[in-house]
Amino acid sequence: MNTRIYVPSDTTACAVGADRVANAIDTEAARRGRDIEIVRNGSRGAFWLEPLVEIQADGQRHAFGPVTANDVAGLFDAGFPEVCEHDLYLGKVGEIDWLACQQRLTFSRAGIIEPTKLADYEAHDGYQGLRKALTMTPSDIVEAVLNSGLRGRGGAAFPTGIKWRTVLDTPGEQKYIACNADEGDSGTFADRLLMEADPFQLIEGMTIAGLAVGATIGYIYLRSEYPKAIKTMNEAIAIANDANFLGEDICSSGLDFQIHVRVGAGAYICGEETSMLESLEGKRGLIRFKPPLPAIEGLFGKPTVVNNVLTLGAVTTVLAKGAEYYQNFGSGKSRGTLTAQLAGNIRRGGLVEIPFGISLRELVDTIGGGTITGRPIKAIQVGGPLGAYLPESQWDTPIDYEDFAAVGAMLGHGGIVVFDDSADMLHLARFAMEFCAIESCGKCTPCRIGSVRGVEIIDRIEITLKQQQAVTGDLGLLEELCETMEAGSLCAMGGLTPMPVRSAIKHFPDDFSVTSSDSSR
Amino acid sequence: MSASEEKSATVVAAAIQKWASVAGGLMPLLQAIQKHNGFIPKASVTTIAKAVNLSRAEVHGVIGFYHDFSYKPQGRITIQVCRAEACQAMGSQQLEHHIKARLGIDFDETTADGQFSLKPVYCLGNCACTPSIRIADEVYARVDADRFDEILSEVSA
Repeated sequence: MNTRIYVPSDTTACAVGADRVANAIDTEAARRGRDIEIVRNGSRGAFWLEPLVEIQADGQRHAFGPVTANDVAGLFDAGFPEVCEHDLYLGKVGEIDWLACQQRLTFSRAGIIEPTKLADYEAHDGYQGLRKALTMTPSDIVEAVLNSGLRGRGGAAFPTGIKWRTVLDTPGEQKYIACNADEGDSGTFADRLLMEADPFQLIEGMTIAGLAVGATIGYIYLRSEYPKAIKTMNEAIAIANDANFLGEDICSSGLDFQIHVRVGAGAYICGEETSMLESLEGKRGLIRFKPPLPAIEGLFGKPTVVNNVLTLGAVTTVLAKGAEYYQNFGSGKSRGTLTAQLAGNIRRGGLVEIPFGISLRELVDTIGGGTITGRPIKAIQVGGPLGAYLPESQWDTPIDYEDFAAVGAMLGHGGIVVFDDSADMLHLARFAMEFCAIESCGKCTPCRIGSVRGVEIIDRIEITLKQQQAVTGDLGLLEELCETMEAGSLCAMGGLTPMPVRSAIKHFPDDFSVTSSDSSR
Repeated sequence: MSASEEKSATVVAAAIQKWASVAGGLMPLLQAIQKHNGFIPKASVTTIAKAVNLSRAEVHGVIGFYHDFSYKPQGRITIQVCRAEACQAMGSQQLEHHIKARLGIDFDETTADGQFSLKPVYCLGNCACTPSIRIADEVYARVDADRFDEILSEVSA
C-alpha cells in the first residue's frame, strides 16, 4: 500500500515553497524506491507552519512543518513518511494548540480534504445543507437563516435572513445571487482560503441561497489578485455541474441553478456591493445610490442577494446542523463564529475561527504569539484599510460587532494587522488617505477630492514636524476634513477612510507632534 | 498590417466572438484582450464599442477605470508589489525602494529593454507571510531585498 503525503496547494503555502517541497518529496521517494502518493490538500490556515506536510498513521494525520525542500532528504533519513523523531515533527495535527483552540465550522474541512474532489467533500458532511434545503420551502430556508442570527461577514454585518426575506418577497421573473469574493482588505484572506481549500462549500451555499429566494443564476465576483482561487472555483463549478449539483434539475429536484465566475480587474471599490454590481454588468465600478436596495433592484435591475463568501459558506452549516446549533456560538448579537485573520507583523499568523467574544489581546498575544520581530506591538489595525488603529488600551475589547463599534472601531471582514513599535502612525494615516485617493470611484466629492486634500495636509504636517515646529491649524483642518468625508460620502470608502486617520491621531498623538519627532523623520 | 497588429486583431475578434452577446460581458471581453494581447490596442475601442452596442466613450471609460487594463504594451514580465498595510507592517516600503532602484523604473513603468514592468497592488491575500510580490500567477512570501534579487534571477533565466 502506498503512503499518502499531504502537501498544501494554497497560495500562501506555495508562496513559501509548497510546490518545491512536493517536488522534493516526489524525487526523494523515487530515489529511495518508496511508493508514495502526494495529495495536494488545501491549507488549514496555519500559515506560520506552512509548508505544513502531513502523513496519515493509525487513522490520524500527523504534521511536519514548516518544511523546506532542503529538509526533505533529512526527513526521509529520520523515517519519514512514517511518524518519526525530527525537529520538524509537530505531532498529531488535531493536537497542535493553535488549531486545537479553534472552533471550526466554516473552515472545518479546510486543509483536510482535497479541494476539488467532490467525494471528499461529501464524505466530510458536504452537501448535507443542500439536501436539507431541498426538502424545505423557500420561506422555511429563509426562516432558518434568520433564526441562526447570521450576519453578513463581508463587513457590514447586516442580518442575512432579512436580506434573503426581502429578495424572496420581491416579485421578479429573474433573480440573482451575487457572491462578493472581491476580498480587497489588507490583512484578510479568509475568502481566498475558503475558495482554495473548500470550493464546494461556496457552491453549496450559493445554491441554497438560490433555492431560498428563487434565483436561478449566481455570479461569483472574484478578484484578479487571486489566480489560484479563480482556477479552483472554475474547476469545482465544472465538477458540480457534471455531478448534477449545478445546472438544470439539480439533484432531480426540478430546480435550476448555475454559477458563473466573473473576475475583477484590480479595483478595491468593487468590493462595495453596488459598485460590484455595476462591474458585473460590465461597467465602470461607480457606486450606486441606495435606495433602491440591491435586494429589490440589484444586478441588471433584478432582485439580488449580495453576500460575502463566508456568509454563503456559513449558510451550509446553518442548514446542515440547524439554526439553533449555529446560534449557540457567539456573544451578544454576534452569533456563530468569527473568522479572524492574523496578519502583518505576527509570529503565528493565519486564519483563526473562533466564537465571537474573545479579546483582541488574547487573539494576538496568546494565539498569535506577538510580533515576529520580537519588538513590542504598537498598533493593531482591525477591519482592513478603513478600520481603526487600536492602541494597547483597547486590546481588551471583546471581539464582537457592537463592542467594537462602541470604541470607535469596526470588525469588518476580520482582518487583524499587527504593527510593532517601529510603525509611524503619521505615515499610516497618510497611506489611508492616499489609498482612498487611488481607489475612490470618483462619484462623490468628499471621497474623490477629500482624500487628495487629506494627503496634502498630512504632508504639510510632516514638513512642519521635520522643521521642529509646532503643528498648529493643520490637525484641526484634518479633523474637519474627516468630518466632511464621514458625513458627506456616498459609501464606506470615503465615509470610513477617516476611521484609521482619526484613530491614529487620537491614540498616537506623539507621532503627530514635535515633542517626540525623532531625528529619523 | 504588421504581425503584431494582426495578432491583436485576431485576439480582439476572438474576445468579441466569445463575450459580446453575454450579459455583462464587456469586462471578460476586455480581460481576454488584455491577457492574450498584453494590452488593449487603442484602435480596437471602436470595434469593441460597435460589437457591444456602446459608445466609444463608454468603452474607454471602462478601460480607464480598472487598474488591470492598459493601452500600453507591458514588459515581458510584470512584477506586482503589494503596498497594503499588512505588507507595510513587515517593511514593504524598503522593499519597494529596493525594487525600483534595482530595475531603474517607477511604478507603471517598463524597463528600457522591455523585460520588466512594475505595478503596485493592494493586497494579494498573503497577509500572514509578508511582504508579498506577484509575478505571473506566482505569489512570493516574506520577500526582502536579497530574496527579491534571487527571484529576479530565477525569473530572468
